[in-house]
Amino acid sequence: MSLSPKTVSALKAIVFVLALVPLARLAAGALFFPDWLGANPAEFITRSTGDWTLRFLLATLAVTPLRKVFGWHWLLRFRRMLGLYAFFYAVVHLSSYVSFDHVFELAEILADIVKRPFITVGFTALVLMIPLAVTSTDGMVRRIGAKRWLSLHRLVYIIAPLGVLHFWWMVKKDVTEPAIYAAVLAMLLGYRLVAKLTGRRRGGRLPRGTAAEPRPNA
Amino acid sequence: MLVRRPSDIPPSEITPRRFYERRRELMKFAAAGSILGAAGVLARGTHAQEKTLGLPKLENVAKSSLSTKEPLTAYKHVTSYNNYYEFGTEKEAPEVYAKRLKVRPWSVVVDGEVAKPRTFAIEDLLKFPLEERIYRLRCVEAWSMVIPWVGFELNRIAGFVEPTARAKFVEFVSAHQPETMPGVRLPVLEWPYTEALRIDEAMHPLTLLAVGLYGEALPNQNGAPLRLVVPWKYGFKSGKSIVRIRFVEKQPKTAWERANPHEYGFYSNVNPSVDHPRWSQKRERRIPEFFARRETVLFNGYGDQVAGLYAGMDLKKFF
Repeated sequence: MSLSPKTVSALKAIVFVLALVPLARLAAGALFFPDWLGANPAEFITRSTGDWTLRFLLATLAVTPLRKVFGWHWLLRFRRMLGLYAFFYAVVHLSSYVSFDHVFELAEILADIVKRPFITVGFTALVLMIPLAVTSTDGMVRRIGAKRWLSLHRLVYIIAPLGVLHFWWMVKKDVTEPAIYAAVLAMLLGYRLVAKLTGRRRGGRLPRGTAAEPRPNA
Repeated sequence: MLVRRPSDIPPSEITPRRFYERRRELMKFAAAGSILGAAGVLARGTHAQEKTLGLPKLENVAKSSLSTKEPLTAYKHVTSYNNYYEFGTEKEAPEVYAKRLKVRPWSVVVDGEVAKPRTFAIEDLLKFPLEERIYRLRCVEAWSMVIPWVGFELNRIAGFVEPTARAKFVEFVSAHQPETMPGVRLPVLEWPYTEALRIDEAMHPLTLLAVGLYGEALPNQNGAPLRLVVPWKYGFKSGKSIVRIRFVEKQPKTAWERANPHEYGFYSNVNPSVDHPRWSQKRERRIPEFFARRETVLFNGYGDQVAGLYAGMDLKKFF
């Protein structure tokens, strides 16, 4: 399935708006419709933005396998936006924790990050996302060079597992939901591993840009 | 310091249910003469505006001086944000699934180290003189509510069964209904859910067997038809839908202790200076507020009544 550049641009606009719906729902709930967020609205916002961070991370990681398996190469045009939305929701998630849970008590937050493993890994994942967000522009790709850009952006292979681990360690007892995210992540990373191994067995590396590609239409 | 919030709402401002239910008569009465007094009761009562599930009303409920003066958590929040893992681990699950819970016929077996073991039908327990107790509830997850429970002191049961000298602890067994409880299919905890108290904790006047809230029968998601309420301990110590109360000699292992002894101790007294390994217990969020800005108080503010139970004990060790 191939799509015309025009169609892709239109689709991108639609995805851009749709990706803001979860945030809009939270904002509307917080400001006007308290029933939408239930008895513990702060927890609802923190959980929901955390969920959406993981979903966007997984969506970002799904681009390459879907391209390879189904030949949907136009999906690559969405990857940067999906990645930036993952970062965006992660920042809202952190802000919610910093403000609602810790009422901006910095010393307490730092103690939390050091003392509590699930916070430590979540915070690490977020920090690791910063360089990727910063270098997401075309100009930055040119400036640092495609090759280095590519290796830098392989950080996502650390970020996503840390994100899922953060969720896994956070739940009190029932790990069903984090297990679902972990399974999807394992599939997406497993695909890459298998592709790499089988590629090697055939006596060569995969064609350039299989695992990650620096620029959409380069 | 009991709580940060000043006692700006005296108990007299919370409209007693019996006045609320007779508001029309009271109106006439007010019209007849004491307009000011009646208007005050009707206009400012928080109880009065609550929309409830309309469960059977509990009659002849006495007030208690042990009630807090703090503003009540809305009925809809008390009944829609619950930890009742037998119906699922999501807070919203009990409201949806606990409708299926079979609460009649119901009886409570009281046995173990007692002279006269006995099985109480729920109908008999409902005949006990009932009191309203407005208690703070502090969950181990760092949120809290203020709930107007209706019930009677657990120590009333002891009078009937006569615990022996060997009764050092009391174990509480919750209902296990696989046919109505979707959550028990998963081995999240060992079922049935069990909890336990030391005998002096169990016999303390603050320890309540609740059969209702907001003047009505207990909603299923809150642990119908009767549950324990131990206001100075984290919420999970207060077992729901109790079917058996067992007086025992040895300290029982509770469901949460078995699941994770590192995080959940036998005592689990509310204590801001003993953190949960994964989060701080210093502050709490009063439902439905956004900011977790309330300082958590040792024994959930009931220190005057219960601190004596733990004299000389290292509360960090016996958490």
